Amino acid sequence: MNIDSIKNGYVIDHIEAGKGMEIYELLNLNELDCQVAIITNAKSKKTGVKDIIKIDRNIDLDFDKLGFIDPGVTVNVVKDDKIIEKKKLSLPEKIVNVAKCKNPRCITSVERELDQIFILTDKEKNVYRCKYCEMSLK
Amino acid sequence: MKHLIDIKDLSVEEIDELIKVAKDIINHKKEYSHKCDDKTLATLFFEPSTRTRLSFEAAMLELGGRTLGFSEAASSSASKGESVSDTIRVVGCYSDIIAMRHPKEGAPLVASMKSTVPIINAGDGGHNHPTQTLTDLLTIDREKGRLDNLTIGLCGDLKFGRTVHSLITAMSRYKNIKLVLISPKELEIPEYVKKDIIEKNNMQYVETTDIEEYMGELDILYMTRVQKERFFNEEDYVRLKDYYILNREKLEKAKKDLSILHPLPRVNEISTDVDDDPRACYFKQALNGKYIRMALILKLLEIK
Ligand SMILES: [Zn+2]
Repeated sequence: MNIDSIKNGYVIDHIEAGKGMEIYELLNLNELDCQVAIITNAKSKKTGVKDIIKIDRNIDLDFDKLGFIDPGVTVNVVKDDKIIEKKKLSLPEKIVNVAKCKNPRCITSVERELDQIFILTDKEKNVYRCKYCEMSLK
Repeated sequence: MKHLIDIKDLSVEEIDELIKVAKDIINHKKEYSHKCDDKTLATLFFEPSTRTRLSFEAAMLELGGRTLGFSEAASSSASKGESVSDTIRVVGCYSDIIAMRHPKEGAPLVASMKSTVPIINAGDGGHNHPTQTLTDLLTIDREKGRLDNLTIGLCGDLKFGRTVHSLITAMSRYKNIKLVLISPKELEIPEYVKKDIIEKNNMQYVETTDIEEYMGELDILYMTRVQKERFFNEEDYVRLKDYYILNREKLEKAKKDLSILHPLPRVNEISTDVDDDPRACYFKQALNGKYIRMALILKLLEIK
């Protein structure tokens, strides 16, 4: 694979160095049968080093999940060898089934079939709270 | 259809309206005695709390309605592993409104997402207990004639005490509220309550370990019990449980029109010699709990 060029798909750029694999796993990119490249510790003008992920298919990318893991990334949407859109991500208002509530007193600790939902309650400090028990993540 | 899961579910206007209706019930009891003649309240207590359950049942009975339910998880289907959502959908077939208490935080919210009838959170672990807060607000309003321009002392367990956190949240919406936060160092108000509620709403506050320091300035003194179940070790509990004992002597500097509140049950934190003092309002508060629950049931059932 020529990792410099993809035909139709995404280049997830400016990933914080070291987070590439985490994104790969959380977005279930291992389940794709198209070409996926993870480049770690690439040179970056802004931060010194960064990770990059290239996906050679127009998949249904979960931008909320991606923004939650690393709100600093840029997603380049590629169509017919050309970048047609540069998406700047930000923290999503709500994340579903991305993180688990760690509060042992939370209803989600006993009723496993419930969706794990977190709501962004403080945009300045990036605080997410469990929809059910309101305990903050991290 | 509206539920009451968190005190924040109610606007200031809705709270004012509930207080107004509760006061009208107090003054015209007869007129309300058949408002819920054909209605049934289910009290689902997955964790026992006799006091709260009786208050709900008394409220429904005085409105002419019926009650059914269970008082602990062992006698319910939850002990067989049924989910909250399933229980609630079944009970919704037999009742018009449900008051639910559950040891797990967020369980009433889960119930409300699937319920076909209004849900009232009657306490979910250490999380929310909105009808206690409504009770406190009705009591303050009846004793003081207002919910703004008050200096409120909160004493005891300010760390785990959910009633304290909810009351602060509720009071943060009224003008010129000053808080005096009285607790041992170990049971101080959590940072997030200070930052996200008190400071965010520009409430004035002071913190102290000395119950007498600001006694003369208080309009309300809200005492709380140190709850054994919140502690991991017995030693800490024993050391902190009797940290504050309010007695006549400590009230010497207090205002003549101070109102002493306590969500009850008390252990030792208010000496029985205070009970006959006209400033003691905690038994009146329990009675107010019934009236505000009557008002709430009417509101959620949309009965005028
Ligand atoms: Zn939770």
